[in-house]
Amino acid sequence: MEITKRKQEMLKEFLPHLEKTSFVWYAWVTFLLAAIFFAIYCLILQILKGHIITGMRDNVVWGVYIVNFIFFMGISYAGALVSGSMHLFKTTWRGPILRIAELTTIIALFIGPLYILLCIGRLDRLPFLFMYPRIQSPITWDVIAITTDLFGCLIYLYLSFIRDFALMRDSKDIKLPKWRINIYKALALGYQDTPTQRKRIKNVTNIMSAMIIAIAIIVYSVLAWIFSVTLQPGWHSTIFGPYFVIAAVFSGAGVIIILMRVFRSIYHLEKYITKQHFVGVGMILMILSMFFAYFTFSEYLTKWYGSKKLDDNLIQILFTQYFWQFVFSNYVGTLLPIVIMGIPKFRTINTITFAAIVAVLALWMNRYLIVVPTLETPYMPIQDTRPEWILYSATWIEWSLTFGGIAMFCFLFTLAAKIVPIIPVSEVADAELEMSHALAHDQENLNALLGKSTKKHVILKKEDHDL
Amino acid sequence: MDESQNDKKNNRRKFLRVSFLTGLSVVAAKTVFADIPVDPENETGEMITLLSPDGKLVKVAKEKINYMEKYISPEASRQGIPHRKFVMVIDLAKCKNARVCVEKCQKAHHLPPQQEFMKIYLMQESEESAPYWMPKPCFHCDKPLCVSVCPVGATYKRTDGIVLIDNERCIGCKFCMTGCPYSARQFNWADSPYLHVDQPYSPETSVPGKEGTVSKCDFCPDMIRDGKMPHCVTGCPMGVIYFGDQLEDIVTNGDETIRFSELIASRSGYRHLEDLGTKPSVYYLPPVNRQFPVDRGFDHPDEINQRYKDVPYVKKMHKD
Repeated sequence: MEITKRKQEMLKEFLPHLEKTSFVWYAWVTFLLAAIFFAIYCLILQILKGHIITGMRDNVVWGVYIVNFIFFMGISYAGALVSGSMHLFKTTWRGPILRIAELTTIIALFIGPLYILLCIGRLDRLPFLFMYPRIQSPITWDVIAITTDLFGCLIYLYLSFIRDFALMRDSKDIKLPKWRINIYKALALGYQDTPTQRKRIKNVTNIMSAMIIAIAIIVYSVLAWIFSVTLQPGWHSTIFGPYFVIAAVFSGAGVIIILMRVFRSIYHLEKYITKQHFVGVGMILMILSMFFAYFTFSEYLTKWYGSKKLDDNLIQILFTQYFWQFVFSNYVGTLLPIVIMGIPKFRTINTITFAAIVAVLALWMNRYLIVVPTLETPYMPIQDTRPEWILYSATWIEWSLTFGGIAMFCFLFTLAAKIVPIIPVSEVADAELEMSHALAHDQENLNALLGKSTKKHVILKKEDHDL
Repeated sequence: MDESQNDKKNNRRKFLRVSFLTGLSVVAAKTVFADIPVDPENETGEMITLLSPDGKLVKVAKEKINYMEKYISPEASRQGIPHRKFVMVIDLAKCKNARVCVEKCQKAHHLPPQQEFMKIYLMQESEESAPYWMPKPCFHCDKPLCVSVCPVGATYKRTDGIVLIDNERCIGCKFCMTGCPYSARQFNWADSPYLHVDQPYSPETSVPGKEGTVSKCDFCPDMIRDGKMPHCVTGCPMGVIYFGDQLEDIVTNGDETIRFSELIASRSGYRHLEDLGTKPSVYYLPPVNRQFPVDRGFDHPDEINQRYKDVPYVKKMHKD
C-alpha cells in the first residue's frame, strides 16, 4: 500500500497544473486559437478561390503543404518509435518523458493528415477515397496505413493513461468539478491496481509497444514510397524508405527535447526531467543525425558522381539557387547535434535544446529540398513565360496554414497537459520502487557477503514486490 | 432519369462495342444500327423501319439500333472503341512551330491562352547538337504511371490505348501530375469563364473543365467516333502529325496515308524517353532532312519566343 500512497503524493504535486488556470495560460490559448482561426479563414479562402491563391502551379504541384505533412507525420512516428522502444527495452530513465513522447505521437498524427487534405483540389470528393479505392495507388496504402497507425497509437496512449486516470479518480485532494472526476472515473475502466490487472496492462502495453514500432516503420516507409514510386529524378530512390524513417525519428527526437525543455520550465519539473534525460534523448538525436547524414550523403553522392543529366540538373539547382538552404539543412542540421553531444563539455540542457531546435528546422528544410527542387527540374524542360510557373514560392496563405498547424499542435498539447499530468505518475512511482528494490537487493548481497542473516528481510521485500 | 433516357443509355453502351467507322447514318434521330450480337433475353422481336443512306427503307430489330449521339457519359467513356489501338506519329523534320495545332486544340477544348494540352518544346540535346521543334501531346502510354498512382480510378487506360480523365471522379490530389514524367497533365487552378461551357461533360471531350481537377490531351475520341482526326492533326498546315490505328497498321496526316510500321521502320521512328519504360503511343520521326530551318519557328509574339530563352541555341543567337 506504500506504493499507492507514494503515487497519490506524487499526483498531488501535479494537481495544481490541472486545477488552476492562470492568466498567462488564457492569453497563450487565445493567441493559439487566433492563429488557428486565421488558418481556417485562409483555408476557406483557398476553397472559395481555388488553389490559384497558393504558390503551387503545374510544375511544382506540391509545396509546403506536403512538406508539413511529411514533417508532422515524421514527428508522430518518432514519438511512437522513441516511446515504444524505450518501453520495450526497459530504459530505466524513460518514465518522466514517456508521456511527452506519446502525446507528441498522437497530436502530430492528428495534424499531419490535415495537410495532405490541403493539397487536394476537391475536398468535397474526399469520400471517393473510400468509395472507389484502388489498391495500386500508394495514396490508398497511405490511407490504410495512417488509419491503422492512428488506432494503434490511440490504444497505446490510452493504455498508458489508464493507471493515472484511476489515480485521479481515487484522489481525495483533487479539486476539480464533479463532471471531470466522473470522466476520469469512466476512462479508468474500473482499474483497481490489483495484481492481475497490473499484469494484464503490462503485457498489453508490451505487445502494443512492439507493434507500434513496426507500424511506425511501415507507415513512414509507405509515405516515402509516395515519392519514390514516381520516376522523378530526385525521388526515384531505393533508400527513400529507410531514409525517411531515420529522418522522422531524428526530427521527432528533436521535438521531444524541445517539449521536455518547455515543460521543465513551465511546470518546474527539474526534479523529474533531469540533465540525464536531456543527455539520453540527446544521444538518440546524435546517433540519428549520424545516420541521417550518412543517408543524405550517399543519396546525393551517387546522384552527383554518376551525374545523369537530370540528376545533374537537380544537383545544380540545389547548389546554386538553394545553396544556403542546402548548407543549413544538410550540414548545420546534422553536424551541430554531433558536435554538441559528442563533446561532453558542450552538453548542457540549453545547448542540447538549441541543437534540437536547429535539427528540427533543418529537417523541415530538408523535406522542402526533397519536394520542391525536384518538381522544378522535370524531365521535360519548363518552357513557360510565367515566372510563378517556373519557380515555386509559398504564398501567405500557405504560411498561415503552416503556422496554423503548429499552433494547433501547441494548443492540443496545452489542453492535454490540462487533462492529465504531463509526467506519468504511476510509471514513475513504479520505477522509483523498482529502483529502491534494486538498491535493497544490492544491500542484501552485500550483507550476505558480510555474513549477516537477512532472510526475514528478503521475504518482506518479496511480498511487496509481488504487489 | 426516365425510362426513355435509360433506354438510350443502354443503347449507347451497345454502340461502344461497335467499330467507329462501321455503321450507317440514318434518319432524323441520328441513329445508327450495327451488326452486334443481341442479348437474347432482351429480344422482343419488334422491328423498326429506317431509311438507309442509299435511300432504301430497311427493317431492323429494335434491339439492334444504337442511337448515335455525340455524348458519351463518363461511365461509358471507360470502354475503348473496340478493335482499335490509336497511335500518333510526329514528324519532327516538318515542324516549324507554326502553333496551329496548339491553337486548334485550345479552341476545341476551351482552354485559356496559357493552358496547352499540346505543347511545343524547343529541344536541344546538348550544346553541339541541332535544335528542333517538338510538339508534345499526352503520350497515352501503354504503361501509364498516372493511372497506377490514381487513388480513385479517375484516370484510366482504355482498350483502344487512350488514357482519359474523368473530372467528375478526380479528387485533385495531383499525384498523377508528379507521376507523369512528360509533364502532360495540368491542374485547373481557379475557376474561369473557360470552364463554363453549356454542354454536358464527357471525358471524351474534356469539356467543360472543372476547377480543382486535372486535365490533359485526350486524343479527341469524340472526333474519332465521328470518323475525323484529332484537332491537332487536321490543324497542322505542314502535315507534321500522323494519327491512326496500330492494329490496322495505318496512319494519316490528312494528306497521305501510310503504313505505320513502314513509316517507323523507314524513318527510324522512336519514342521519347523510351528508357523510362512507360511505352508511349506517340512516336517521333527524327528531325533529319528538314523542310524548314529552326529559326522559322520564332515568327511569334515575344511572349511565346521568350519561352525558349534558356535553350543554349537561343542564348547564343541573342549574343550574336
